[in-house]
Parts: sequence; C-alpha cells; structure tokens
Amino acid sequence: MCNVCGCGSGETRIEGEGAKPAYRWAPVGRRQATRAQAEAAPPASAHAAGGEAGEGSLHFGHGPAGAHAPGMSQAQMVKIEQDILAKNDGFAADNRRWLAERGVLALNLVSSPGSGKTSLLVRTIAALQSLPQPVPVSVVEGDQQTSFDAERIRATGAPALQINTGKGCHLDARMVGIAMERLAPPEGGVLLVENVGNLVCPAAFDLGEAAKVVVLSVTEGEDKPLKYPDMFAAASLMLVNKIDLLPHLNFDVNKTIEFALRVNPRLQVISLSASTGEGFEAWLDWLLTRRKAARIARAERLAGLRDAAADPVAEADLEPAANSGRAG
Amino acid sequence: MHEMSLAEGIRQIVEDAGRRQGFRKVKTVVLEIGQLAALEPDSLRFCFDLVMKDSIAEGAVLQIDSLPGRGWCARCAETVPIAALYDACPRCGSYQVQASGGTEMRVKELEIE
Repeated sequence: MCNVCGCGSGETRIEGEGAKPAYRWAPVGRRQATRAQAEAAPPASAHAAGGEAGEGSLHFGHGPAGAHAPGMSQAQMVKIEQDILAKNDGFAADNRRWLAERGVLALNLVSSPGSGKTSLLVRTIAALQSLPQPVPVSVVEGDQQTSFDAERIRATGAPALQINTGKGCHLDARMVGIAMERLAPPEGGVLLVENVGNLVCPAAFDLGEAAKVVVLSVTEGEDKPLKYPDMFAAASLMLVNKIDLLPHLNFDVNKTIEFALRVNPRLQVISLSASTGEGFEAWLDWLLTRRKAARIARAERLAGLRDAAADPVAEADLEPAANSGRAG
Repeated sequence: MHEMSLAEGIRQIVEDAGRRQGFRKVKTVVLEIGQLAALEPDSLRFCFDLVMKDSIAEGAVLQIDSLPGRGWCARCAETVPIAALYDACPRCGSYQVQASGGTEMRVKELEIE
C-alpha cells in the first residue's frame, strides 16, 4: 500500500455491485508484501544515486540513449517516452469525446472531506431544476465506502451513481467512464462528479471533465492552497464555501484567495454558502455559461459533420480520426 | 499521494513494451519526473519495488531524472525557472506565474537484458 495516502486498487465497486471488483487497474496482489521484504530489496536508488553524483560527474539533463548508463551499449536501451498516466489519460479522452458528442457539461468537484461538496450539489441541483427551463443533472459520487452521498442526491430527484473506491484515494477516468455510460446523462445536461474527499490524489487524474472545481470551506485553513498546491493548480474554479460562518471564525477570505492565485493566477473564485444560498447566483452563472459553451460546441460539431457528409472527400478524412481510440 | 497507482501504471507500460518488443528482463527503468509533478519520488521508490515483483522488471533499478520546473511570468512576459507551484517570479517577484513546464511524469527508457 502506498505509504503516503494508503492508496490501493482492485477494490472498486460501483453501487456496491458484485464481489468481483468492477474495475482493476493492473495485476497487483503485492500489497501483502511486508515492509521487511521491501527493505530487504536492494536500495532502488543505488543506480540513480550513482547516476546523479557518482563517478565524479553530474548527470543532469541526460542526453541521448545510453548516456545516462555508463558502460551500457545503446543497443540495450529501449526508448519508451510514455506518460505514466497515459492509460488514464486515454480513458479520459474517450470520456471527453463521449461527453462532447452529447453536449454534456461535466465538472469534477474536488476538496478535502467535509468541505460541504454534497450539500453544495444538493442546492445546485435544486436551483437548476427550478429554472424556467430546468437543466437535467446527473451525479457520480465517489467515496471509499457507503452510498450515503448518492442517496442524498437521489432524494433531490436527480439520478446518481455511487462509486466506492475501496482502498483507492481518487476516482480515475475508467471508473467514471463506466459510471457515466450507466447514468446516460441526457443531451445538453450537466454531469457533476463528486470526487473522493482528498485534496491531493485526485489532482493528477483527468476524468475527461470540462473543469475541476475545488471547494474550500472557511472552516479549513487559509493556507490550504499553499499546503496542497497541486489541486489548486489543476482547478479552473475555486468555490469558497460556508461563508455564512465567517462572523464566527477567524478566517481571512482575501488571504486564501491571494494564496490560491499564487499557485494558479488563472483560477476563478466565487464565495458562497451552500446552506444559505448566498453567492449562488454567481456559481450558477458560471456553470450555465459553461453549459452553453458545451451545447454550442456540440451544435457546431454536428454542423461540421453534416458538411463533411455532403463532401465525400472530407468524410473519408474523418474515418481514421473517429477510429483512433485509446492505447492499450 | 497516489504513488501506488503510478507504480502500477509504470508496470503496465513496462510489461506492454516487453510483450511488444520481445524482451524478458528489465534491468533499469528510467523515468523523467518534472519538479512540479504531483509525485513524491521517495514514495514512488517505495512502491516501485513492491509493484514490480513477479514482473519482467522485478529487482530493476529505478532511475528518476528530474526535469526543471518552469513558469510563464505574465509581468515579465517570459518563461522563468520555478521550483514550486507557489513560487514567485525570480526576476520581478510577482506571483503572476503560471506553471508551464516541469509537470511531466514519463517512462523515458528501459535498460534491458
């Protein structure tokens, strides 16, 4: 198990289904290995340490193949040049395409546990449903265990699917792909993904969303954006939640915003309260603007396809693009 | 953070490459990790040995090449070196710096037998 966050895999369940995990990243079965075994293994850094500082030389910015492994012929080196998260990113690209085809706006809500994400969702869904032209909302809920959150969402009338990640500390694109095909959000709808409450790991995993929305509540520390910069760097919007509690707290909203902008100067910020509804207008505006953009993009894409269908040469060009799927 | 998942991703890339190119033993796995990447090298090393067991890279040495962090300073209108996401511009001191490089997490190459 990961010694930092306890992250593991192979225990994911979607809506508690099946004893067999619905999802498996890769054969693992290594978690029972003991710490003693790990320590008995030769230090993994031996070679790297030698590479960096050994033999009286520094090896920063290694050059062509072989240069970093003195004494080794180039023939023994195999170029890979592949992102570690390539598999996840491939699934995320599939999800993004799937969503774009339907003009669905997908948002990935991330935060620490207890920042009020679910309450925020409940109020957001109610507001979107009560618009003159109601917006259909579907929700994917990620938690290590229980389906409490999905039940809270379903109580609003919106369809929700719970993903239990077991020992996992984040949702990944494959899980969300399975969940959204099951949910089948209607065309032009909104898909809200409530990630596992964790301000660290979900930052690295693209789910195919249009934007990450990071929720920070005023009952947390002002310095969280600096303590957990990856998430604030990955997000497009920060919602400062629970501002109705500000009179009782010693929390400087401006300071938090300043810290967040240090990490990510492009970050947009909205302060609101999921319990009183203060600030919700700005949040709904932001969301509806994004939704409109998703629908326009779909309409333009369809118009493009119609034009292409009228032109057989362009249609032939489209074929390989449509078939270029994920790797592996 | 999620170094176990990342180690599993590395195992998968290595096993796929072995199947594709027909090698059976990997002696060294070389990664390129950006200074601003969401990855803790020490934690990855810990997970790496566990995850690579019973694979073609069992017992392989993990070499991590670091790539420098870079950001775009809006005030200077140029790319500047930064060591952390929240760093100020080393030239003008402003925080209008958007990370623009050094977030890579890549398997660069393998040394095989």
